Amino acid sequence: MSYTFQWRPVLESLPDMLAGAVVTLEIATLAMAIGTVLAVLLALAKRSGGKTLSGLASVWIETARNTPALFQIYMVYFGLGSIGVGIDSYYALLLGITFNNAGYLAETFRGGFSAVPETQVRAARSLGMGAAQTIWHIVLPQMLRAVFHAMTNQMVWSILMTSLGTIVGLTSDLTGVTQQLNVMTYRTFEFFFVAACLYYLISKIFTICARLFAWRLFRY
Amino acid sequence: MFFEGTLAWSDILFLLRGAVVTIAITLAAVGIGTLFGTLFGLIRAGAAWWVSSPIGWVLDIFRSVPLLIQLVIFNSFNSMFRLNWPTYVVACICLGVYAAALCTEIVRSGVAAVPTTTRRAARSLGLNWRQEVVSITLPIATRIVFPSWIGLALGIMKDTSLVLWIGIIELLRSSQIVTTRIQEPLTILAITGVIYFLMSFPIARLGARLEKRWQIQ
Repeated sequence: MSYTFQWRPVLESLPDMLAGAVVTLEIATLAMAIGTVLAVLLALAKRSGGKTLSGLASVWIETARNTPALFQIYMVYFGLGSIGVGIDSYYALLLGITFNNAGYLAETFRGGFSAVPETQVRAARSLGMGAAQTIWHIVLPQMLRAVFHAMTNQMVWSILMTSLGTIVGLTSDLTGVTQQLNVMTYRTFEFFFVAACLYYLISKIFTICARLFAWRLFRY
Repeated sequence: MFFEGTLAWSDILFLLRGAVVTIAITLAAVGIGTLFGTLFGLIRAGAAWWVSSPIGWVLDIFRSVPLLIQLVIFNSFNSMFRLNWPTYVVACICLGVYAAALCTEIVRSGVAAVPTTTRRAARSLGLNWRQEVVSITLPIATRIVFPSWIGLALGIMKDTSLVLWIGIIELLRSSQIVTTRIQEPLTILAITGVIYFLMSFPIARLGARLEKRWQIQ
């Protein structure tokens, strides 16, 4: 092998890459938070909305689940761009991932809703709880328990999906920063290897935290 | 205007040719993934912890690093070791390893779902390990995990869109090429989306139906 590794430029730009990792986490978290809210709405629309509403929800969910995430990001970036809604790559990525997360999570939540028997809701209501109280005290805790694992997985997917931003020209997230440095130095392997390690660390730390959190939350 | 193009039949054909590339890469990657996934899955389900957990740990890395970065790293081996492999081979191997990492866990869960008593009964009837795995465990496990395997295959199909980054002209990349000529991104992307949807949705439906039907029995 005639290749010489050169790690110094990578170590020197490690602070930049870590700053990129923060942006990555920021996008992933935002996409997950907004995606969760939208997913609840989608699941509710599909469950108890009218024909139009549940049809729209179905279109959203099936499109999100049956086309590539990169296609969805392209649709926001190039598609919306062409009809005059100019969106920069940060928001295109954010919107794309949010759309994707919402579609997948809606399906998860639909399963989660059916994890709580209807009888419990009626029992709670007949004990004098209001609709909001029932959802807050009876339905949500049990639902969260049923969907927590799937949500953790989705968050990891969300973190990994942010790497697609670089394809639509995002330069501030971890992959974007790495790609910029790669273009300047041509040390492709070294830079992307370190980026891979950082992604691995981020997703592992998140998974471990979620597991600890679940262990605290769901023991009784 | 002179420079303006309209969507021609040849553009659709160009997109469909991209779709064929997408399907070819998917088949190759899922093939590699299923082969090695079954192998590693059986090892993960049956072997001692000191064999099983290192394999699990290594395969977990492929599931915790973005596929795009794996592709770039795999592709950089090409120039580092002067392999001169075509990018198609790089894409198929990289996606294949990724699929194997996902498939291992699917196979492992399927094998774990086969009752130990059934497997012991087979062994005590005189079947050896290989016979027992081939004619008892795998048929039962296949039924259990087939829907998740379909999900895996469709996931890989969607992930092939990333190989455009290392220069392969598959469906999504060909849509961009057509767009540069026609300058109507929304129309072309919509058609591309429909092609992806048609490739994925019927199979996803089939998977969901099989899951439901096989659950009852």
